[in-house]
Amino acid sequence: MPIFATAVRWFLTAGLCLAALTGTRPLLAADPPSGPGVGPVKKVEVGPLDAAKAKEGAAVFETKCSACHKLDERYVGPALKGVTQRRQPEWIMNMILNPEEMAHEDPTAQKLLGEHMVQMTFQNVSQDDARKILEYFRQVDGAGAAAK
Amino acid sequence: MRTKTLVKLVVVAVGVLAVAFAARAAKEARSLAANAAQRVYVAPGSYDEFYAFMSGGFSGQVSVYGLPSGRLFRVIPVFSANPENGYGYAEETKPLLMTSHGPVPWDDTHHPELSQTKGVPDGRWLFINANNTPRIARIDLRSFETVEIIEIPNAGGQHASPFTTENGEYIVAGTRFSVPIPQQDVAISSFKDNFKGTLSFIKVDPESGRMSLAFQLLMPGFNYDLAHCGKGPSHGWCFYTSYNSEQAHTLLEVNASKNDKDFVAAVNWRRAEECIAQGKAKTLPTKYYHNHLDEGSRIAKSEVIDSEPVLEPASCEGVVYFLPTPKSPHGVDVDSTGRYIVAGGKLSSTIPVHSFEKIQAAIAGKKIATTIAGVPVLEFEAVLAGEVPNACLGPLHNEFDGKGYAYTSCFLSSEVIKWQLETWKIVDRIPTYYSIGHLMIPGGDSAKPWGKYLVAMNKITKDRYLPTGPELTQSAQLIDITGDKMQLLLDFPTVGEPHYAQAIPADLLVEKSTRMFPLENNTHPYATKTEKDARVERQGKDVHVYLTSIRSHFKPDNVEGVQVGDTVFFHLTNVEQDWDVPHGFAVLGAQNAELLVMPGETRTLKWEAKAPGVYPFYCTDFCSALHQEMQGYVRVSPQGSSVPLGTGAPPPAPAAPAPKG
Repeated sequence: MPIFATAVRWFLTAGLCLAALTGTRPLLAADPPSGPGVGPVKKVEVGPLDAAKAKEGAAVFETKCSACHKLDERYVGPALKGVTQRRQPEWIMNMILNPEEMAHEDPTAQKLLGEHMVQMTFQNVSQDDARKILEYFRQVDGAGAAAK
Repeated sequence: MRTKTLVKLVVVAVGVLAVAFAARAAKEARSLAANAAQRVYVAPGSYDEFYAFMSGGFSGQVSVYGLPSGRLFRVIPVFSANPENGYGYAEETKPLLMTSHGPVPWDDTHHPELSQTKGVPDGRWLFINANNTPRIARIDLRSFETVEIIEIPNAGGQHASPFTTENGEYIVAGTRFSVPIPQQDVAISSFKDNFKGTLSFIKVDPESGRMSLAFQLLMPGFNYDLAHCGKGPSHGWCFYTSYNSEQAHTLLEVNASKNDKDFVAAVNWRRAEECIAQGKAKTLPTKYYHNHLDEGSRIAKSEVIDSEPVLEPASCEGVVYFLPTPKSPHGVDVDSTGRYIVAGGKLSSTIPVHSFEKIQAAIAGKKIATTIAGVPVLEFEAVLAGEVPNACLGPLHNEFDGKGYAYTSCFLSSEVIKWQLETWKIVDRIPTYYSIGHLMIPGGDSAKPWGKYLVAMNKITKDRYLPTGPELTQSAQLIDITGDKMQLLLDFPTVGEPHYAQAIPADLLVEKSTRMFPLENNTHPYATKTEKDARVERQGKDVHVYLTSIRSHFKPDNVEGVQVGDTVFFHLTNVEQDWDVPHGFAVLGAQNAELLVMPGETRTLKWEAKAPGVYPFYCTDFCSALHQEMQGYVRVSPQGSSVPLGTGAPPPAPAAPAPKG
């Protein structure tokens, strides 16, 4: 378990560094853009990157998501680097908050279930925390911070 | 502001859920039979049409349900000790749970299999596997009790088991986890070099049902998952699914899902018999237990076996072939005609069907794509009869109705699909609630299914029953399959997690049922067949109490002369010879369990005398109006006491009337 946690941390750090250095572009540019998905989130305001929020999001991601998701490679679920370019912010939060219904009702999520064959679970993430995870994904994907 | 948002959110969430439930309810209403209640109602005093035997999963037992009522009326202890009736605690039953690792009081049961004659369940025995510490048990269906358990060596997670050949020539087993053979201390990362799989063939004596390990086939180190044997034209062959042909040894969830195709192993067991007769098998030193219940004494005995024949595919050409099968296949099921072998590719959305005729033609025509560890891999296209396209998500298992249709359970999409053999067309779907694993039609894996009902066995129930905290019941759903459209009739909760099940018409069992054990056949060395023989004997520090029970007293009912440090053996013979009159026996401070003793049998409870005092014992099974009077005492005296061993001194004579004056 400690080795696993270390590996996760390494991946996270590596992901962050890579994102900071290169301003990562989507890995799967061919993927069609998603709609907002199905769930409680109808509209998310996305502004300049909030680094503090992203840091909190990274911590939630590590405890609740990293057992199944890596940034750079397919694991149990898809690789998440570039997800903010592939999917709308509402879709991302709805997938975190309402994965089962998404897998039944949302065409993109249905397709993902068909590819990965594992139903994503709801990890008791609050809407606030889902928003923080979104911010973390935006940071990984090189979203800009507010100009000073 | 925050509260308002929260309220809005809750409203939205409730709205979303309401829509989801409404949609589900509408879907369910379409599949629920209009007069479902009437169709599952079994009037008081009437029997159900079928007995269903369900694996208890991690309960380690077998549960018996009536169909169509879904009434539970028996849990048969198999691999888990059961203090309720003393199974695994009574001295006579302890050897049944012995293994090469010592006594094992629990296991994980997966696949019940009824014995067959000419491909049809005959109602004689039920076999079931222990997944964790590999074993197979045989349950005698005259008495609904476990009478034999054989350990399977060189195996781990013995999942592909036990499946019968057409006439019970063999019960087959396969190892889910490959292991070093023989066991040795090696790096787990040396998996590809050191780990092997075994496919085991267990002979069943046609008269007594006694099992014996005939041989094991040594296979590449894949995970052998499930099996079924051929019938009719394919009699003589058995089929096993395998996954992890990647031979991954870590994070199989990801690493064992890389290959597009894994394999069904097709084993020609008649060819294996020839090779063994020609001396081509090696004798492997090993150690395993074979335990069985003696019919007369009803005492289980263990036998330790120290070697077994192992056959390597390379030394016996034609004994086994691999059929490429997409993708991490789980179930492998042979249709009632014996012509088609249907695999459930759990990560594939199509259901591949292999043809037995084409397999034979491919072997004759040497349509061999490659060879893995001496096992020829036949060409996929050469053996494929057809595929059910866009079937569902996560197809796992198949059963058949004997009318040309197959039924497949789909775990991910939570449904059963019905499709036609040979056209491979889906004709109906029905949702299950939720995440179905196995499905079962009475006789549905045999040559003559009773294609009236289908039972779906679900892993998840969520909102279907009253919530019971974090752990919810698993459940079964009864579906009518007599019409064109499948119709849901009933939900009922199950014991443990049901994996596979088997069912048989009640009339094949009712007449054979044992009502009691005749006293004259009781050969137990500590049996007490008449009250006049009831007694107490000492052998060193062991005290043997020869007890009888009949409504409503024990003989003796008082025991004296036991001393601190003695071990007391209560040998209780129930001398009743009537139906439905077991007697129980419980003694204060017993650290094992009670005894539940059937009419005519003898059971023994071991009890340590630890401190001076008088300890009551009593009958636990309500037997008559005077059941509460069915009791006794055991008196424990200090070591070296002069209290004589026996059934207690007579009461003191009544005192003479006091003189007047």
